[in-house]
Amino acid sequence: MSLPLFPATEDPGPSFTELLRRVGPAAAVPSSPSTTPITHSTTVLAMRYAEGILMAGDRRATAGHEIAHRSVEKLFPADSHSGVCFAGAASPAIEMVRLFQTQLEHYEKVEGLALTLEGKANQLGQMIRQNLPMAMQGFVVVPLFAGFDLRRQTGRIFTYDPSGGPYEERDFQTTGSGGRDARTAIKMVFKDDMDRARAIEVAVQALYEAADEDTATGGPDVVRGIYPTVATITVEGFERVPDAEVAASFNTLIGRRTASGGRA
Amino acid sequence: MSMPFYVAPEQVMRDRADYARKNVARGRPLVACIYADGILMAAENINRRLRKISEIYDRIAFAGVGKFNELDQLRVAGVRHADTKGYTYSREDVDARSLANVYGAYLGQVFTHEMKPMEVEIVVAELGHEAGQDSLYHISFDGVMVDAEQFVALGAEAEAVSERMRESVDATDDLARALAKALAALSGPDRTIERADLEVAVLARGNGRRAFRRIGPDEVDTLLGA
Repeated sequence: MSLPLFPATEDPGPSFTELLRRVGPAAAVPSSPSTTPITHSTTVLAMRYAEGILMAGDRRATAGHEIAHRSVEKLFPADSHSGVCFAGAASPAIEMVRLFQTQLEHYEKVEGLALTLEGKANQLGQMIRQNLPMAMQGFVVVPLFAGFDLRRQTGRIFTYDPSGGPYEERDFQTTGSGGRDARTAIKMVFKDDMDRARAIEVAVQALYEAADEDTATGGPDVVRGIYPTVATITVEGFERVPDAEVAASFNTLIGRRTASGGRA
Repeated sequence: MSMPFYVAPEQVMRDRADYARKNVARGRPLVACIYADGILMAAENINRRLRKISEIYDRIAFAGVGKFNELDQLRVAGVRHADTKGYTYSREDVDARSLANVYGAYLGQVFTHEMKPMEVEIVVAELGHEAGQDSLYHISFDGVMVDAEQFVALGAEAEAVSERMRESVDATDDLARALAKALAALSGPDRTIERADLEVAVLARGNGRRAFRRIGPDEVDTLLGA
């Protein structure tokens, strides 16, 4: 491994992706559509609440009609005060998350100053855009990015489509094959200034609805104790909601639905 | 008839070393030392925003004296090296020793083959997972690397600063004591360094994944009990 030094006029600046292009391992781009089933992952959401943002994602990955993984993590901290979750092909998505996390930290170290939340959102949009050739071959990645904007002291949500973005959302957004079901579930009950417990409830219900309608979205697996990943992003930063709390919220919902015979 | 201009290799090297050493010795002093919770780095720095001490990676920091643009170039190269290695392999695979080696190789190459050597002296610090496992690498302008036991002193009057450090440094000191000793070593008995002219940072166990943390003037005041 060498010491990456460049003449001042050819310096890649704080861009880690550009640096990788110059000195890193070369990434292969397939030249024709994949015939092997690509593992896809689904239903993720981001929502504003009183203290900031709540994000959640299910745990299932499917390859065609088979379940490929039961406990995929689709929600990650991008840095201390932002999070990213994704729908689409699992492997390129996880790699993009890793690249994005590295890029945010790399920028901060090189420049001595972190990117603004919008800068981070734009950076992710560029990575999605650069993934377009792969996306066209079936390796599509569609993320959802959200964070607590320390300058504006508010949560902000950014969505993307396979060819880029970002588009800022005001209240909530979802992505993935179960996204519409989850979005409708949130839309019916969304209020400004929900507290943390209520926000978790709404997210849990949205994922439950999505799993109920979409085979590619995993609901709560009470047998194995695998629940959707939920996290909050507030002025304190990105924090996972403990599994026990998520499980408790699901159990309450399941209890209510059982009592009403599957009705709301 | 003019004679071809011959200079003995020893002379060329000595001249280069003198050139670099003289320019480095003009820089204000900096020390890095091991204390109970990790590694303390303190420098006299009249610039508010041009830093001599910086984060390279989760448990690795960089500090140096000398020509600022060359220092910064090395700093950024170190960040790039670490981030690329950590991304290609894993975060745990990034270590200071290999970084110190590439710095040594590069500085040595520049010293021998370029028109002028880099006018810098640097230290690469790595926080160990437990006390007693911290590392300090001192790399000078000619690429010579020293794996330091307790502390490194760079810049103006490095000998005198080293002497003061040698007499006082104690790896079991807490941050307040270690900082007081470092400040005493930097300033010496005859002068005072203004708190605002101090740049201080630590790599400390207990700071989470990113162990590097800057210590601002208010906290310096609190620690030194002023």
